[in-house]
Formats: sequence, C-alpha cells, structure tokens
Amino acid sequence: MIKAIVGMSTCGISAGAQQVYDKLDELHKNNPESFELCRTGCISMCYREPLVEVRNNGDRIIYGDVTPELADEIFAKHIVGGTVLDEHVACSILPDGTFVGAEKAFHGPQKRIVLRNCGTIDPESLEEYEASGGYVALRKALLEMNSGEIIQEVKNSGLRGRGGAGFPTGLKWSFAAGYKSDIKYIVCNADEGDPGAFMDRSVLEGDPHSVLEGMIIAGKAIGSSFGYIYCRAEYPMAIRRLNIAIDDAREKGYLGKNILGSSFDFDVKIKQGAGAFVCGEETALFQSIEGHRGMPRIRPPFPAEKGLWQKPTNNNNVETYANVPWIIVNGAAAYSAYGTEKSRGTKVFALAGKVLHGGLAEVPMGTTINDLVFKVGGGIKNGKKFKAVQMGGPSGGCIPSELGNTPVDFESIPATGAIMGSGGMVVMDETTCMVEIARFFLNFTQDESCGKCTFCRVGTLRMLEILTRITHGEGEPEDLDKLLELGKHIKDASLCGLGQTAPNPVLTTIRYYRDEYLAHIIDKKCPAGSCSALVDFFINPDKCTGCTICAKNCPVDAIAGEAKKVHVINNEICAKCGKCVTVCNFDAVYKK
Amino acid sequence: MADREDNFSYRLWRYDGAPGELIPLLQSAQIHFGYIPRRAISYISSVTGIPESEVYGVTTFYSQFRLQPTGKYVIRACAGTACHVSGSKQIIETIEDELGVEVGDTTKDGLFTLNTVACIGCCSLSPVVVINDDTFGRLTPSNLRKLLRGYKRREKSASTAAPVGENV
Repeated sequence: MIKAIVGMSTCGISAGAQQVYDKLDELHKNNPESFELCRTGCISMCYREPLVEVRNNGDRIIYGDVTPELADEIFAKHIVGGTVLDEHVACSILPDGTFVGAEKAFHGPQKRIVLRNCGTIDPESLEEYEASGGYVALRKALLEMNSGEIIQEVKNSGLRGRGGAGFPTGLKWSFAAGYKSDIKYIVCNADEGDPGAFMDRSVLEGDPHSVLEGMIIAGKAIGSSFGYIYCRAEYPMAIRRLNIAIDDAREKGYLGKNILGSSFDFDVKIKQGAGAFVCGEETALFQSIEGHRGMPRIRPPFPAEKGLWQKPTNNNNVETYANVPWIIVNGAAAYSAYGTEKSRGTKVFALAGKVLHGGLAEVPMGTTINDLVFKVGGGIKNGKKFKAVQMGGPSGGCIPSELGNTPVDFESIPATGAIMGSGGMVVMDETTCMVEIARFFLNFTQDESCGKCTFCRVGTLRMLEILTRITHGEGEPEDLDKLLELGKHIKDASLCGLGQTAPNPVLTTIRYYRDEYLAHIIDKKCPAGSCSALVDFFINPDKCTGCTICAKNCPVDAIAGEAKKVHVINNEICAKCGKCVTVCNFDAVYKK
Repeated sequence: MADREDNFSYRLWRYDGAPGELIPLLQSAQIHFGYIPRRAISYISSVTGIPESEVYGVTTFYSQFRLQPTGKYVIRACAGTACHVSGSKQIIETIEDELGVEVGDTTKDGLFTLNTVACIGCCSLSPVVVINDDTFGRLTPSNLRKLLRGYKRREKSASTAAPVGENV
C-alpha cells in the first residue's frame, strides 16, 4: 500500500506540518483504502519544510514546501492518479538508497549512521524501529558478548564523544567498568544548550529507541543497571517521544528485569533540565539531577570513580549513544572505515545561519568546511559572500572563509582556535559583524556563568563591557590588549569547560578579524553595517509607501517626507536608535 | 497517569524522601500555579525538609522558574546564534515596541509576557518566536507586528475561545 509520511519534528511543525497532516488525515478518513498515513521525525532538509514523503514499495519521493492545498493535489494526482508532481519534488530516493532530484547535492556528501532512521521511521512505533534493524545490537550485546568484548569493540571503532570534547568512548567505558560498586549509573546528556545546535533534539525526536538501545548496551558494558536521560525542558516533544519509547521498550522487555532472558537488568528515567547552560558540564549535570544548583566541582575524582550520587558513572551525549548500536551490529571495522585517522566515523552538523540549505547533515569526519557550506549547504543566501563559520557555540570560535579547506575533525578544528563542539555550525556572511558576534556569545556565557569561579563571573562581565563599548563606537586603542589578557586569565583560572572556553569567541575573532576591531575602535565604523551606532540608516524607495509611520515615531525628527511619498532619513540628525526599522510595516528601512 | 504524575499536591503527598526530587517538585508547582509563589516554596520546604533558603536558591538558579505570574500569552523570542545572525535583536525590539513591554515583564493588561530563550532548535526558520506552544518562523518586523495584532484583535473581540495560532 502507498504510504504518505509527514515529517513531524519541532521544526517541521513550526513550518506548518500539522496543518498538512490534518489535511491528509481528512483525506485518509474519506479514503481509508487508498493510502496509509504515517508520521516521522526530522527528514533533515529543514529548508524545504514541511516535507511529505510518498512511499510506494521501494520508491520514495519527498515533496518539499508542502501546503494543505498541495497535499490535496499530491493525493489526487500522485496517490490516486499515480503521476508524480515533478515541480514540487525535493528529492527521490531509489531503492538502493541513492538520491536523485533537485536536492541531491544536499545529500551527496552525507553518510547517515546516527541519522539512519531519522525521517524514515515513525519515532513513536517500536515495531518500525525493530523492522529497520532495531534492538538487534542489544540482542547481540546481551546474549553473545561479555562486558570486555563490548568495550573492546567500541574502542576498536575509534568512536569519540560527540558532545564536544572528543574523549574516546571505549576508554571512558573501561574506566567506569573498572571501579567496583553496588550501583553504577549511565547518564545521557541531552541538555543540548549551545544556541544554534539541534542535532540531539532531532535524534531524540526522530529515533529515540536508538539512544535507549545505546544506553542499555553501555549499561551492560560498565555493569550498570540504571540510567538517567537529562533532557532540556525546552524540548517538550523530545521528552514526550522518549517517554513513549521507554514505555514501549519496557512492555516489550527491552527495559526492566532479565532483559531478553540474559539476567541483565536495566531501567531508565528522564530528568528534565530547568534551563541552565552550565548543566551541560557533567559534574554540574549530576548536581542538577541530585536536585541542587547546577554548579561544577573540581575533578578528580572523575565521574567514572565518583559521579552521580558519588557512584561510578558513565556520561555520554545523545549522538554518542546513537552510534553504539550501529557499531555493535556492523562491527568496529565498518565504522572506522569512515573519517580520518584519529577521528573515526561520522558527525552530525546542524547547519544554520546565512546558508541556503539549512538543516541536519551527517558527514564523514574530515569533510572540509567548504564542502559543508557549499555542497551540502548550497552556498550563501541572497548571493552574499561567505565570511566565516561559527563552530562549537559559545565555547567555540569563528573560522574565517580563508580556512575553508580545514577538515572537520578533532585535530584540525582546535588548531584554528575554535572547538569541534557538539555540531552547531552557524554560517555568516559579509553582513555579520564579528565584534558584535563576539559580544553576543560573551553576553550569553556571562549570563550563564554559575558564579562559582571569580574569573568566569567577573572577568566575562568586564570583557562584555569592553566589547559593548566597542560596538557603541566608544572603544579605546588599548582595549584589544585588555581583552586578550582577560581572556587568558579566565581560561587559566576557571574550573569547568564553560569558563575555560568562554573567551574563545573573542580570542578567535581578534585573531582573524583584528582589522574589523580596529575599524570599530579607530575609524568608528562597522564594516559589516551591523552595529547600529556606527552605521547610517536609509529607506528603500522601492518598498516605502509613504505611510509616515517612521516619521511619526522618530524621536529626533530625522525623517522627512510627505504622505504617500518616499521618505528620507537625515543621518546628520539621526540618533541611531533603530526605531524606524522596527516600526516600518514594509521592511523598507535598512542600515549600511 | 501522566497528569497525576505532574500534579503538584499529588507529588507532595507521595514524596517519600527520595533524593533529587526538588526540581521535579518545583516544575510541577510551576505547572500548577503558573509560577513559583512564596507559599509553594514553604510547602516544598516543609514536606522535604530542605531549608526554604535552599529551595529559593535552586529556584533562582534555573531560568525556567519564575517568581512572578505570567500573562495569558508567554512570548519566547529566540536569541540563539542563528536567530541573532538573522536579526533577532530587531525582532525583540519590535515586540517591545508593539506591546509596550520589556524583556522579562508582563503587559499591564496581563495578556503578554515577553522572555528570550537561548535556542529552541528551529534554526533553519530563524528568526523564530514562540507564543505559548505555537512557533512562528522567518519573521520580519512587519509580519511580526501583524501576528501580534492578530492576537490582540482576537482578545479584543471578547471571544473566550483560545486563539488558534497560524504560521506566517
């Protein structure tokens, strides 16, 4: 039977997938014989949301930018009539897995291991997960392998932690396995706090069982019988789908006592975060699960010895666990065939910002930044020039377009001053001001600093003040040296990853864009045309309708013009408050 | 079952001294009251034996918890990296201007509360604003104003039915 599958992750629904689903549901109720209606997680081509796939045996055709009206047409012409609506097809997938069609380039360099089921199965159906090879790895790990063999297999695969630091996963497991204790814990860090990163959300929403399966296998490997998933409260759908998955897995005997008759017990509990970025740091995360303020503590002792509730604990992030079942089934050699010598396998990136094709992309380690931006991402929006990518969120840095040939792996990215991070990749074009971006990230880390270490608490505030002054055109020549010095001390004197990396966005932008800083400080100009205090405002005559609303709202009467005629801003008088930009109903005001 | 699990008094009543329950208790209190009132802190403290000062300390540490009641519509403007690069600052200024409210505050009529959020993970639709449970993407100052005016209009027309969000 023909299946119509709607991509229903948070971003799909934001783009209108619910309305499309409702429309198809109505058609399905009237014609229950003609097709089967299903939902799935993130199909990863976020830029073409809402997406609907029509699957007929092995033939898979994915329509992009679907509206309820188009859903009607797809039903009448494709599902009933058998004619594909070529002009609306985003891409088609042949039975052998190759992609054809308009969005082929997006999928070309990709290899889907973590995202193997995302966008193809119904995340709320255990049967579909099993049908696509789910829980085969668990069966193998529990019934045919011992703890040492599992750890060895993961070690051989070369899998490294996908949360950002890149610590070898197998080695981490062997530490936790080595400590004797009455109880040990498995923790899954799903507190994806980096702004601009949504990989883990998509995996949890699109394939929650793969994370559970990875956790149970890890439990067997280190000898733990209980796991926590610490998930952001900002991800309600991920939590809902995880709960469904946990209930189903319990019912089917994949969680609970004596799993698959192996005499191994394991169960899982979800802990909702409450909105604190620092809780992505593992010792802070444990504090939060225990019900305290999420503040990091000194290591050692490391979590493998004394973690949650002072018991041996293994903590990995969502993507790491999702890799594990694939490795157990396909073998370490198959996994380590992808990637570079020291960074094996694949990595999921959330491509966003000024890139044409924003979405989720899973590529082998070692793919270059240029390939990600131009091949997968399709280049820059509106024909603008590629300026930089920001990797690693507030802990990361900006990598300029001149270093576009840098391969993304755990060795090359840190060499640029950025960090690999969890996989957020925000693309910036010539209109993005690097000083302003550094200020933005510092504002974030300053706000999220837990306050324990003085250098992180006070030092970031002082840096933020300096950067804010610079973007307001009040910078002084010695500011750059002050920033560099403060940055060095904050890195040296902070306890956890948040403080140790907080200066990175500032240090990398000074390293690569010193000229831009100097333009702000000496010439009082913002070359990117972004910092309001340092630019001039103009009205686009093609968009202006002469409605007079900007002139009425201008606090210094800098806008002149008659009703129904194009208005003009006098930049001599203008106070650069930006009010006109926000009041214009036609988006006619711009700054340069 | 899920409703009962979230119920504040049920949770307090069945609290058995298990560690790590403070944050879930606060979360259910917030669902129950819409914010964390002074008395909720006292209830939790008396049941769990955790000093009120510590409960308050945890409450103020996490950005999810609010000590003030919110408006009927909670607007969360995304200020994540992708949204920032795509102009979220203007979006936030537009909301402040249209509703006459600052970030963190509630309008005098009690209808709208404006907050910012670090990232809601819809980066490819940036800039994004979430109003209660409805997400709106690809916003500009002008289509955002239309959206907000739509909410205001529906409230004015005195219909008691909750407005249905539509995407722009």
